[in-house]
Amino acid sequence: MNPAAAPRTFEVRPSPDAADPVHDGSLLEVSLGPQHPSTHGVFRMDVVLDGETVVKLKPVFGYLHRNHEKIAENTSYLGSMPYTDRLDYFCSLTSNWAYALTVERLAGLQVPERAEYLRVITAELTRLQNHAAVCGFLLQDMGALGTPLMYAFRERERILDLFESLTGARMMCNYMRFGGCRCDTPPGWLEQARSVVTGFGAFLDEFEALLSSNEILLGRTQGIGILPRELAINAGISGPMARASGVAYDIRKVDRYGIYDQFEFRVPLGDHGDVFDRYMIRALEMRESLRILGAALQRIPAGPVIDPKAKLRGFRPKPGESYGRIESPKGELGFYLISDGGPNPWRYRIRPPSFINLTILEDLCLGRSVADAVVILGSVDIVLGEVDR
Amino acid sequence: MVSGIRNFVRESLFSSEQSHYNGAVEQLEALKTRLLRELPGTRIALVSNAAVPSQGSLAVPPSDARAVARWLRDTPDLRLDFCSNVTGVDWPDRDEKVMVRRTVDGIEKEVTEVQHRPGYLEVVYHLYSVALGGGPVILRQRTSNRTTDVEVASLTPVWRSCEFQEREVYDLFGVRFSDHPDLRRILLWEGFRDHPMRRDYVPPDDYEYEPTPHDEVLERAQRHRASQEAPR
Repeated sequence: MNPAAAPRTFEVRPSPDAADPVHDGSLLEVSLGPQHPSTHGVFRMDVVLDGETVVKLKPVFGYLHRNHEKIAENTSYLGSMPYTDRLDYFCSLTSNWAYALTVERLAGLQVPERAEYLRVITAELTRLQNHAAVCGFLLQDMGALGTPLMYAFRERERILDLFESLTGARMMCNYMRFGGCRCDTPPGWLEQARSVVTGFGAFLDEFEALLSSNEILLGRTQGIGILPRELAINAGISGPMARASGVAYDIRKVDRYGIYDQFEFRVPLGDHGDVFDRYMIRALEMRESLRILGAALQRIPAGPVIDPKAKLRGFRPKPGESYGRIESPKGELGFYLISDGGPNPWRYRIRPPSFINLTILEDLCLGRSVADAVVILGSVDIVLGEVDR
Repeated sequence: MVSGIRNFVRESLFSSEQSHYNGAVEQLEALKTRLLRELPGTRIALVSNAAVPSQGSLAVPPSDARAVARWLRDTPDLRLDFCSNVTGVDWPDRDEKVMVRRTVDGIEKEVTEVQHRPGYLEVVYHLYSVALGGGPVILRQRTSNRTTDVEVASLTPVWRSCEFQEREVYDLFGVRFSDHPDLRRILLWEGFRDHPMRRDYVPPDDYEYEPTPHDEVLERAQRHRASQEAPR
């Protein structure tokens, strides 16, 4: 307590659980997290258990909350670009892209073709390393300690090496600019990327041969955490989680932002919407990303990487608002900006996919055991930097 | 329980044609006319967007919001079944300079006057259609002021995706949502004072201070000590 602080009254509300049967001793309330190793960051699940069965589950988060939106409203448009890296720190390049896309729509900027290719290449590489890491973490949650996660991290490290030589940073890339990308590729980068992409296909074959038909994995994931299609749409679930429930919605196909209409790729869909489908959808999406990468690395044209007329300093878009969204590896990542003509955005809002994908966590876990709840959380794929903002 | 290896639908289900609703200004106007015809008595205003004309929005009063939202979701040729983004915007009180015609000393001329525009809070919903691929249709609800009447209708009964996002708007902006199933703070802790995304929010210099049981015990002990030391 700060003794110099003025005395202050605080509103104290009764706990929402005060009238629950927890207090007569028949049920047990357990707080999983925020330091629990399976919660993927500082995330807490308030679980009420009947024996080992979950009868109530409330996700509690905000431990990493730093009011990113308020900070962004007090800085220039470009000043927020490095901060978007810190949202989903696995996928900084897609966060960069979503923000750049929204500002470009707001200000009416054009992006040169080479920059569009570089954006697609970096975004798909980001998707590869995110999905590989998520599959590794999911198996870690099931007790496959070490091996799958380390296999995935070995591949991820190759991709992060590519990011480092392109942008100067492994994870906090800060690579996109309004109207293009910050810098062109260093000499030999495209060849290096091609060899990483080729190697990744072999890794996927090995990874799937090891795991996808493993009986323990099938037993722990099939029929667990079923998300019905109608609920997935109504609850705003997006990304691989929605597609595992059979929702044919991929913003790369629906909005055709960037140059995604020039690539051929399929959108895998699941029938059951359980944890296994969420795992398999990610594995199949990695193969589709490899197809996109193969074509993009082959066809990338020469040219400038940023519109020479795009202003970096003194950037003031005209008044108005814009909503831009992309298919990030976790789902629909949207930015909503309102400009009043000044150098700072009047309103800066992020639509975080993993925050909204947590809406139905309780529905998925009810009636399952604690061990299943841990696996279900692993299959949602959350990053708390993005959930808490 | 092992049911073996599954087959996944791997063919693209996306048609190559453009979606029927692309947000063009005429389409939004037609949508407004249609809403007024189908739901008589509702008050709907168009809000234009200078920067991105295809992202204009419909402002609905909180009393009509849920009926309009249900209609948008259930109408067969719109089917806006996916409420993507929910957010708040704070518009504080503002003095605006406007040109008005006034008769000054018997001569009519244009003069600048300062007009007071009362502030309000706004909740913005971005709707898309998964079934038909259209969107965004943007809905706005406005409160009548920023202090005493900050209630709008919760759209969580229509779209479950609003549940956490409306809690966030309540937490950070202080908008109250009527009929929300679980309106609690979500990112900040219970007992936090004020709503930090308001434009006039002043952060306290001791914002890490939280009352603990220890403080109460300490206070009681100090009271006790004072009563012991007081002359009888």
